[in-house]
Amino acid sequence: MEQKKKTLVIGVIGADVHAVGNQILYHAFSDAGFNVINLGVMVSQEEFIAAAIETNADAIIVSSLYGQGELDCRGLREKCDEAGLEHILLYVGGNIVIGKQPFDEVEKRFKAMGFDRSFPPGTPPEVDIEALKEDLHVED
Amino acid sequence: MNPVLLIDFGSTYTKVTAVDIDEPRLLGTANSYTTVQTDINNGLADALIKLEQTTGRLDFSARYAASSAAGGLRMLASGLVPELTAEAAKTASLGAGAKVLKTYAFKLTEDDAEEIKKLSPDIFLLCGGTDGGNTDTVIHNAKVLRDIGGDYPIIYAGNRNAARECERILEGREVHITENVMPTFGKLNIEPTQREIREVFLARIVQAKGLSQASELISGIMMPTPSAVMAAMKLLAEGTKTLSGIGDLVAVDVGGATTDIYSVCEGLPDDPRTSLKGLPEPYIKRTVEGDIGMRYSIHGIVDAAGLDRVAEIAGLSEERTSEIIEMFANNTELLPTDAETQAVDEALASMAVRVAVTRHAGRLEEMFGLGGLKLVQTGKNLTNVDKLIVTGGSLIHTEHTGRIASYSFYDEQEDPEALRPRNADVLVDRKYIIAAMGLLSEHHPEAALKIMKQELVKDDTAK
Repeated sequence: MEQKKKTLVIGVIGADVHAVGNQILYHAFSDAGFNVINLGVMVSQEEFIAAAIETNADAIIVSSLYGQGELDCRGLREKCDEAGLEHILLYVGGNIVIGKQPFDEVEKRFKAMGFDRSFPPGTPPEVDIEALKEDLHVED
Repeated sequence: MNPVLLIDFGSTYTKVTAVDIDEPRLLGTANSYTTVQTDINNGLADALIKLEQTTGRLDFSARYAASSAAGGLRMLASGLVPELTAEAAKTASLGAGAKVLKTYAFKLTEDDAEEIKKLSPDIFLLCGGTDGGNTDTVIHNAKVLRDIGGDYPIIYAGNRNAARECERILEGREVHITENVMPTFGKLNIEPTQREIREVFLARIVQAKGLSQASELISGIMMPTPSAVMAAMKLLAEGTKTLSGIGDLVAVDVGGATTDIYSVCEGLPDDPRTSLKGLPEPYIKRTVEGDIGMRYSIHGIVDAAGLDRVAEIAGLSEERTSEIIEMFANNTELLPTDAETQAVDEALASMAVRVAVTRHAGRLEEMFGLGGLKLVQTGKNLTNVDKLIVTGGSLIHTEHTGRIASYSFYDEQEDPEALRPRNADVLVDRKYIIAAMGLLSEHHPEAALKIMKQELVKDDTAK
């Protein structure tokens, strides 16, 4: 029997309007065999959560390109817990902090905020896909 | 001449409308009290006698009826997330002409179960989860419904992956399974549910509401009255193959207990760069404001608009305004008798249309980010709609309909985000024929459209 497709909710958080990267991710994830719910740009935490609940999503993948990611993402894990999505996988990627900061520190901070993985700017989609397959136990 | 009779069994009045479909025109209207407690035909017979006193004896070739008697089509709906499948379930029910008593989200609680048992709806619409998405909630809710018992039909329009299981859980109950109201995230699919609601209404509700006695007399199309209004508004906007409609429109129906708003338009943003948020909007949308009505819900208008505002429009002191409002609230049959009660009645109607249209309309927010100004629209953009249809007792029995209706227009100063019509012609349903024309439109759309074009008169008192 065919393995049930894993469902991902993706979007660009906050007041960020960078649409292109998100669109690339949408196509890359879909081609990789995921069921992708694309919320587009300017997505609030609540919208990510609502979409994940209805679609019974396996992961929420947040993009942020305008440097305000840290502020926008704060509290998302806690809200997921509150909404009954305790076990949902949370990824974040893009220019998620202001200025040039060592990424391992950034990663640590986002880990503390409850994000399972963080990805620096310029990460090719294949890297995310590999990580997703590992974390969601998807076999090729 | 080929006369056709249209009947609307309302909660209080049975209204009859006679038209000639050979040379489309209105022959006459009349009404009498609805007699649903005894035999609904008694009220109908009384209304017909009154009608024929003005039109003379008519030999009707067909009789069609709509009904909102015995509480209308009382529905409860449940979904998962409030803004998603619960909202879709509510939108579907309202669009099918139902009176939605309550919409539940997430898992039904014990309190909800007690409430559902007490409310005992005509139909329960069970939704939740996109196809392939969450099944826990809808299955839990099916179990709650099973445990409550009852004999009302349940329409299932949730996650298709849970449909059969819910059907098994509800074994012994009348369950109608149809397509998901939200098959994939953010996509609204309400027509299959609406068809199902209509079928259940015809098969069961007509019987249960004592309307079947009348069905021997009529040739058909029993539908909930709001469905008839929607059919009429769609026809008026779109026209037929040979006769053009009047284009996009908004219709307001201010009643004693509720205010219904209908819009027929796509409602897309003016600026194509605007981002759209929230559920996609149906082309024909109906909303019902349960707290906005001229008598039973009079306090809801005051709560929403403020006593000071009502008094200011009426040109009276707040004390005097308040006294008159209490008088109307305590005596729901009361009609304005003098200048002061008339002024308060009109001020209330003005605020009723304003509040109800504001809630129906979408909103446009300006957001400043690093990329500069960004526009975000939620709901329907009604700013370009240039026809406003007005019906309902308090609005059609005054000379100031246009002025009252214009309170629903776009207001740059007070609420620039609300996407209400900027400037519309106000067309008034003086003879209260819209629901009848919706019924007629099922078989005689040309005649219905011609008659509406004749009878809906433009009111130039808009400010």
